[in-house]
Amino acid sequence: MAPALEPIVGRYMTLTLAGRDCRIYFEEAGAGIPLLCLHTAGADGRQFRHLMCDPAVTDHWRVVAFDLPWHGKSNPPVGWQDEEYRLTTESYVEATMAVAEALSLERPVVMGCSMGGRIVLELAHRHGAALGGVIGLEGADHQQPWYDTTWLHRPDVHGGEVGAALVSGLVAPQSPDEFRWETLWAYMQSGPGVFKGDLYFYREDSDFRDRVAQIDTALCPVHLLTGEYDFSCTPEDTVRTAAAIPGAEAVVMRELGHFPMSENPEQFRRYILPVLERLRSVRA
Amino acid sequence: MLERLAELVNEDAALVRRGRFLDVDFLVEVGEAPHLIRIRGGRVAGVESGPALMRPWRFAIRAPAEDWARFWEAMPAPSHADIFAMTKRGVAVVEGDLAPLMANLRYVKELLAAPRRLAGEAG
Repeated sequence: MAPALEPIVGRYMTLTLAGRDCRIYFEEAGAGIPLLCLHTAGADGRQFRHLMCDPAVTDHWRVVAFDLPWHGKSNPPVGWQDEEYRLTTESYVEATMAVAEALSLERPVVMGCSMGGRIVLELAHRHGAALGGVIGLEGADHQQPWYDTTWLHRPDVHGGEVGAALVSGLVAPQSPDEFRWETLWAYMQSGPGVFKGDLYFYREDSDFRDRVAQIDTALCPVHLLTGEYDFSCTPEDTVRTAAAIPGAEAVVMRELGHFPMSENPEQFRRYILPVLERLRSVRA
Repeated sequence: MLERLAELVNEDAALVRRGRFLDVDFLVEVGEAPHLIRIRGGRVAGVESGPALMRPWRFAIRAPAEDWARFWEAMPAPSHADIFAMTKRGVAVVEGDLAPLMANLRYVKELLAAPRRLAGEAG
């Protein structure tokens, strides 16, 4: 019997980022307007697999998700063994735009979650004319930290286990166990210090409160969606951010937490399909 | 809700296995009421409620009684779904030597959430 193949296809490419070769893994499904997806801190592009298997999405969108260097199946650059990994606003913008260019994504809509929901604001600010819009999931221009990240990378605490245990509380209690634990599995698999290095960007290098008001939403529409159970990037953080951006729209999603696309795909599509529809109609 | 903690934890073989390397005494304060919880090899060896002078503990988790009550609801609200949702808002406090807590965080969080099963029965 033929295997039930999913429509997702994964490939590797080498990009030069910050002057160094980086072997990058990406996967994609569908055809149409490019939708470039950015995973959360300490995780990888698998979080978007449900969207890539949803014909309501893939009939109109070419959905692409890549793993940042150090994440998932993307390698850290050669020499990594003596470095402390730190994501910055500059390196995050560079990687995202490099992937879009390498894959010839024309005016992609960029959708990111958590730290991905943060960086899309800077992308809209800096590269709005080159984008078809941004979607920030669990995104805001700034938020208050809620734990000490030094616990994430030390020899007496398992980084994957503690990372998963910390973020487990950000998954809505209504989310199905199957998807809750799949979401947490990605955190458990994260390389040593990678989650912590991502949070350097999230906490130390991405306070965008000084610039989000300058985003031109006529050029680059901004949609922000946040789950009611997200106490990391709270609904209040998201609504405040949207209020600061003329023309931005914010939605608080019921019975969802910090990982809407992976923790409860059915519930998430109720919210994301209308947004994708809006972006498609604006583009046409 | 903590009176039946030993039974709730010790009958959960997967939870006991997750905590099998943990021996620790920690404090859960429900309002003014302290509960010293003694863990041995992942099993709850005892819950001592009420003031106990000069009794050492490694870490403590404290919150008002009404917030614990909301935390232990079968389907808690966003504000009370997780202990760190409560600490971020300043409702709960976690203090002391956090190393055994963080090294066993999933275990301790699932132990603290175990009384939700009783709320499920009642509802």
